[in-house]
Amino acid sequence: MRFKDVFAIIGPAMVGPSSSHTAGAARLGRAARQLLGCQPEQVVITFYGSFAETYKGHCTDLAIVGGILDYDTDDSRLVTSMEDAEKMGIQITFKVGFGNYGHPNTANIVLKHGDKELTMKGASIGGGNIEVSKVDGYDVRFTGNYSTLVITHIDRPGMLAEITGLLQREGVNIGHLSLDRKGRSGEALTVIEIDNPITSKLIQELQEMQQVKEVRTVELMKRG
Amino acid sequence: MKFRTLEELLSLCEQSGRSISDIMIENQAAESGNTPDTEFMRMAEYYAVMKEAVQKGLTQDTTSRSGLTGLDAQRVQKFNEQGEACLGDIAGTAMAYALAVSEVNASMGRIIATPTAGSCGIIPGVFVSAQSRFGWDDEHLVRGLFCAGAIGYVIANNSFVSGAEGGCQAEVGSAIGMAAGAMVELRGGTPKQAIHAVGLALKNTLGLICDPVGGLVEVPCIVRNGFGAVTALAAADMALAGVRSVIPSDEVIQVMYEVGVSMPEKHRETAQGGLAQTPTGKRIIDELRRKDQ
Repeated sequence: MRFKDVFAIIGPAMVGPSSSHTAGAARLGRAARQLLGCQPEQVVITFYGSFAETYKGHCTDLAIVGGILDYDTDDSRLVTSMEDAEKMGIQITFKVGFGNYGHPNTANIVLKHGDKELTMKGASIGGGNIEVSKVDGYDVRFTGNYSTLVITHIDRPGMLAEITGLLQREGVNIGHLSLDRKGRSGEALTVIEIDNPITSKLIQELQEMQQVKEVRTVELMKRG
Repeated sequence: MKFRTLEELLSLCEQSGRSISDIMIENQAAESGNTPDTEFMRMAEYYAVMKEAVQKGLTQDTTSRSGLTGLDAQRVQKFNEQGEACLGDIAGTAMAYALAVSEVNASMGRIIATPTAGSCGIIPGVFVSAQSRFGWDDEHLVRGLFCAGAIGYVIANNSFVSGAEGGCQAEVGSAIGMAAGAMVELRGGTPKQAIHAVGLALKNTLGLICDPVGGLVEVPCIVRNGFGAVTALAAADMALAGVRSVIPSDEVIQVMYEVGVSMPEKHRETAQGGLAQTPTGKRIIDELRRKDQ
């Protein structure tokens, strides 16, 4: 089911004018920001499809930049995000993309800070909901409706069992898991949506695993 | 969730003798792992935002950034207060409130997407006006939101709720169906009548294209929210009176999907067709582009 619960339908609380183009865009930006792990210095956003046609009118540009500044969908600072980013000295470029993009509201986001770089592609699928489809060239699938672990690791037998074994010991329940690699015996990326909040202990234990190279997290839901 | 279709939702209600909102609250709590109270509180916060948006739209300047729209809710409300509305006071007020929330949205104010921002006026319009008419407490309306959410959940998972995928029928149409079904429950109708109201309402918006002028959620989105609130009341009344949707509501949802899939891209939020490409629509787009540069 694409829409998991009642608050995917009623909600989110958001600043207008468009749930696909404003709230969804803010969440895409925020997911990318969290994957980079810090405030970027350079941002390149490529819009496709309906995003490309109407991004100015719907304030998609303001919303996605607001998300990259870690603003939530109902944060009134979304209105001033472009000026805020400028004051922080963040360099932002918008592009219009062509070619095969899948969903009509798709954006590709490239964030850079020093020698850190993140590329993320995702779509706003309606009502403020998103689906991330690519991270750093790996095929993934996550929605930001759950706490999400994004783990880069060596591609070798038993890796997944070790990761899920650790989650089991920590009492963490997996909602969705995807794994992709670019070639045999290189690096792989595993993305796991979990039902529990992510603790620093869990991240640390994952990072201490020998063949785990990097652990990143995405947490877009408010936890009350 | 224990239901995928409206028929399954209805049989859950009929087996247990409970309302659609009861079933939704229970399933939501099971899905989130939180208590029903926690989920209820969250929805109550959303209802408070809806009421604020109605008030804001009726009292503050809602002129949008583009300058294309704003203050229509206040015009309609004043006309209602003069006793002039052809619709009468009840439907006229629902219409004014729906316009109010939709204008708040267009002017970058805070709203609740129900199911989307483009259609965010319809449910508050129907709910907040009915609350003052019938003297209901907030809790009753919050339950109503769970009922509306259950209906929207089925529509969204079997069809769509975004204009980019399925045209305006998916946004405004879905909101009308949700509001109509919820209104039936709020008025004390049966779950079966509520489900019929959904089908009745959706049939009236099948094929509605998404053609926002300049790509903005303003023209024709805002007035369609006003019309939507009135249509939802009409569908609820038909169902409460015993009118059935001869084509079952689940099948109507499938038709919405079929129609949406075959809708050309130019009529799905791209601003490449419909009202957006009229001579006036094009002139407005040109003017906005010049303003941006």
